[in-house]
Amino acid sequence: MPAVSMTVNGKAVTGDVEARTLLVQFLRENLRLTGTHVGCDTSQCGACVVHVNGKAAKSCTLLALTLEGADITTIEGLAEPNGPLHPMQEAFRQNHGLQCGYCTPGMIMSAIDIVRRKGNDLDEHTIREELEGNICRCTGYHNIVKSVAAGAKAMKGGPTRQAAE
Amino acid sequence: MYNFTFHRPTTVRQAAGLLAKNPDGKLLAGGHSLIPVMKQRLAQPSAIIDLSKVEGLAGVELKGRSVVVGAMTRHADVANSPVMQQALPGLAEVPGSIGDPQVRNWGTIGGSIANNDPNADYPAACLGLGATIITNKRKIAADDFFTGMFSTALEDGEIITKVSFPIAKKAAYVKFKHPASGFALVGVFVSKRGSDIRVAVTGAGANGVFRVKSFEEALKKRFAAKSLEGMTIPATGMNSDIHAGAEYRAHLVGVLARRAVAKATA
Amino acid sequence: MSATGIGAAVRRKEDLRFITGKGQYTDDVIRPGETRAVFVRSPHARAKIKSIDVNEAKKMPGVVAVLTGAELANDKIGNLICGWMIHSKDGSPMKMAPHPALAATSVNHVGDAVAVVIAETKAQGRDAAEKVKVDYEPLPAVVDPGKAQGKGAPQIHEVAPNNTIYQWHLGDQKAVEAAFAQAKHVTRLDLINNRLVPNAIEPRAALAEYDSGTDQLTLWNTSQNPHVARLVIAAFVGMAPEHKLRVIAPDVGGGFGSKIFIYPEEVVCLWASRKVGRPVKWTAERSESFLTDAHGRDHVTHAELALDGNGKILALRAKTIANLGAYMSTFSSSVPTYLYGTLLSGQYDIPQIYCEVDAVYTNTVPVDAYRGAGRPEATFVVERLVEVAAREIGIEPAELRKRNFIKSFPHQTPVIMAYDAGDYNASLKKAMELADVKGIGKRKRESARNGKLRGIGYSTYIEACGIAPSQAVGSLGCGVGLWESAEVRVNPTGSVEVLTGTHAHGQGHETTFAQLVSERLGIPFENVSIVHGDTDKVQFGMGTYGSRSGAVGMSAIVKALDKIEAKAKKVAAHMLEAAEGDIEFKDGKFSVAGTDKTAAWGDVALNAYIAHKFAGQELEPGLKETSFYDPTNFTFPAGCHICEVEVDIETGNTEIVGWTAVDDFGTVINPMIVEGQVHGGIAQGVGQALLEGAVYDKDGQLVTGSLMDYTMPRAHNLPSFNVGLTETKSPSNPLGIKGCGEAGAIAAPAAVINAITDAIGSEQISMPATASAVWSALQRTPAARKAAE
Repeated sequence: MPAVSMTVNGKAVTGDVEARTLLVQFLRENLRLTGTHVGCDTSQCGACVVHVNGKAAKSCTLLALTLEGADITTIEGLAEPNGPLHPMQEAFRQNHGLQCGYCTPGMIMSAIDIVRRKGNDLDEHTIREELEGNICRCTGYHNIVKSVAAGAKAMKGGPTRQAAE
Repeated sequence: MYNFTFHRPTTVRQAAGLLAKNPDGKLLAGGHSLIPVMKQRLAQPSAIIDLSKVEGLAGVELKGRSVVVGAMTRHADVANSPVMQQALPGLAEVPGSIGDPQVRNWGTIGGSIANNDPNADYPAACLGLGATIITNKRKIAADDFFTGMFSTALEDGEIITKVSFPIAKKAAYVKFKHPASGFALVGVFVSKRGSDIRVAVTGAGANGVFRVKSFEEALKKRFAAKSLEGMTIPATGMNSDIHAGAEYRAHLVGVLARRAVAKATA
Repeated sequence: MSATGIGAAVRRKEDLRFITGKGQYTDDVIRPGETRAVFVRSPHARAKIKSIDVNEAKKMPGVVAVLTGAELANDKIGNLICGWMIHSKDGSPMKMAPHPALAATSVNHVGDAVAVVIAETKAQGRDAAEKVKVDYEPLPAVVDPGKAQGKGAPQIHEVAPNNTIYQWHLGDQKAVEAAFAQAKHVTRLDLINNRLVPNAIEPRAALAEYDSGTDQLTLWNTSQNPHVARLVIAAFVGMAPEHKLRVIAPDVGGGFGSKIFIYPEEVVCLWASRKVGRPVKWTAERSESFLTDAHGRDHVTHAELALDGNGKILALRAKTIANLGAYMSTFSSSVPTYLYGTLLSGQYDIPQIYCEVDAVYTNTVPVDAYRGAGRPEATFVVERLVEVAAREIGIEPAELRKRNFIKSFPHQTPVIMAYDAGDYNASLKKAMELADVKGIGKRKRESARNGKLRGIGYSTYIEACGIAPSQAVGSLGCGVGLWESAEVRVNPTGSVEVLTGTHAHGQGHETTFAQLVSERLGIPFENVSIVHGDTDKVQFGMGTYGSRSGAVGMSAIVKALDKIEAKAKKVAAHMLEAAEGDIEFKDGKFSVAGTDKTAAWGDVALNAYIAHKFAGQELEPGLKETSFYDPTNFTFPAGCHICEVEVDIETGNTEIVGWTAVDDFGTVINPMIVEGQVHGGIAQGVGQALLEGAVYDKDGQLVTGSLMDYTMPRAHNLPSFNVGLTETKSPSNPLGIKGCGEAGAIAAPAAVINAITDAIGSEQISMPATASAVWSALQRTPAARKAAE
């Protein structure tokens, strides 16, 4: 089986995988990082969104082997263990931006990517358009939109504000 | 998906060599069309030739009166390119409307047009601007490139390296999204470059992207939305499915063409 | 109100694990030596299985076993069942056809499982599944419920002539006919309640493990009601005795009804794990979910409303054909009957109602309860009829509603239900204010200037929740009681664990239930934890559906807390050397009336366990109490939703530009969570009205078999919602709770369609009102065409 090496949540990892292994399988099955979820098989739902080299990507639509040398961040890597939460995580909690929690990791990873691309002051229309790649069946999006707006504001001064503090 | 051998060339020449050695192989660009199809086991390539490590295939640059886009340039990078936004803002909107942000972070122009999905956006832009598709072997005019649903003029072993878009003074794209997939239910690209006026339609035609000559003729008289008032195209040859019948799609072609011209002339 | 007590918008306890990726959903559970199950499914809607050849598949790499329906039958694994008996009007029982977990002789819908491959990896399992050779003899299929009973329609099951499962009715047909004969105006509508695919974002999954040392089976699954799953799998499927089967439903990623039912896959995984001696896991692919999760709705209805000259409703009648799909799912029979016909009075004083429902088999995925279950269908009938009647007569729709509202309680409807409390005018009035109904004329004119048609639509809905009094549902055919259980365990240090028979899959019970306990015992919210979802930990319970967990589940906790308080008072009496009757309990402190003698909660808890202050013969040590609470009535949440839309005349595209919801849920424990439930319900209702619809072709292939074709509501399809509350407490449970989980999904479809039809000036639009459907309707509408010109 071919080998693949990448950095996941700041740690160098390697694995022998079948060529057909998707990034999400590598994360969930090889690395046991089960916070990244699979909700569909057509790249629609966004439950599997992670950051690849700092940009949001659907890990169900990427081959692990393609990501040789890449830098991956998953939901588990947003905050230090026992450290403060990432502001976007905290915003989802404060604004009840989740119910069953299944789409949540993908939502949060996508939300941080929206801030990267669109800045810290996001209007409702922008947020709704930019969430196109993420489906939530529980919340009706109302509180997700609020969470993203609040999280974006809280991220002012750097996406990992808490690390500087 | 079925298993395959995986290859990671670093030059176009290597990629072409691998393609020659693996006749059932497939090039992997962004993979956002190919991998879903493979996951559903609707495609069974024996080899995947990953282009992501090939040098020099990405970038947007101004070359004379054209904007040249590397085949591996991601949709988001085209949409956000200052060069593109300056020279051809109407084109920048096309990749900006593809799929969703995650797809745009990964999908590529070369992959999109090589696949020629009948509901994809880029083919409309290529045809609507009279682009030239540059491969490792030759240059192909967009008018000759798109030969039908999921079918192109690309020959075995041929790899798209660049797409060159002539700069049009007026250009715009208006898309009516498929509500579930985000593809174009109908998308219309219009452009005016001197006397060359083009109206290209994706999503609607049963045979993929096409030009609407009658609209182009009408716009030649005056490039204004009013010139298309009341004009429509016949429903024959239009796609028909549960989301939109042929008649509705034909109707949308007229509506979106008028809106695109209005946008291009605004 | 304390910061964490009843009525406070407390942030959720469960969120920390979800926002950090530490939730544990079934597919996240990994057992040593686990294998993967991949099902071989029918590509035909209806066929005879002539033979199955598994030899090649068995030789594929990584294959542990390939099992078929014949082996399942040999091992005497029983069929899946429907647990609610419905009798036809002629008195005959419903016609329940056999539903084996793996089909052995015939398949009846695309996706029907015929074999299973157990392999080391999922990919290997899929490779091998393709090598299972099934020789089918395809047979003609029937898909359309309207044609299932027709002459010459293919007969799906021998037990059900004309594919008819039952012909049920409710109400006084003669009285209704007499009322219609007196009517000044009759409104008639043909309605289709479109078929929906639930699409919880977590796909269904099952992981089964057999321990040969203890002969114990454990099943982790995506269930809303693990105890019911265990009961059915033990008692009816006969997999194992109940005490030898443990069912654990860990974090579950949304259910909406679809995870209530007992499905073939969990049965097969259990059976296979025993056969191969290793854990067996199955996780649905989304395309598999489309073909196997029970779908929702799918009614074809003709309905009529009779009114007198003053706009007073005299009677209502409805004739419905309900599609139950290829097999009767667990609670399918109850949905188009006692959860539908009984709600046809809406919020209105309707003297006579008659409802007939024919349930039919078709070669489609089974249909069962989906968020709202029967009540959205009923609301759609009633609220469309009322709206259209108002327009036909020329009375303002809000005014016609007001004229017919029930105003005094209790109110006995002609269709079983006795509404116990409500104030329908209050919610309508408040909603009209919040929605600025007065300004609609101006807004319509503004839209018209931009080439848009604006419309407004009401839905004054009612639902029966808090499901439900056991005797009542038993008399209606339900195979189980619908009480709920709670056990409150006070630890020696005073912290509390509550074991509830309900199950949460997004509802936030860990938070709201803890709020109740915190308030009642006066102890910190952090000192309370809620345990659910494991049959080895929790006493038998009925699970979560029908907006019952607050009204019934929390009532059980209240009852257990009553017992805890009574026992703790006895302990405190011994500690304080006072008479039990003199002990008062307030704010977490026990005191002796008229003295300054007190004992803190924690001290009493400790004393209950160390038992130094009382003799064991006099008072049992310990502080742990259980209650089984059976409600006295359904609860009747009700409210008013107002939808405002703008329709693009050229494209037919509908945009929802405003949404106002004013609901009466009785007592609200956590307004943040309640509002979240309303938002989610509305989104699903809007999805039904505008976007979603399962479409089969005539051969029984599901055309909308993936998220590429089945339109799920996304953020940009919806507005922010304007949500308000009114409150009349439910007299049927100790907290006055009515339930909030389904309201949005029940109210929304009628509000959307009433708004679109108001905008386009035509009643001829069915759900989902896609842009192309609305455009087509506009082409037939002279008024709209004129506006376009």
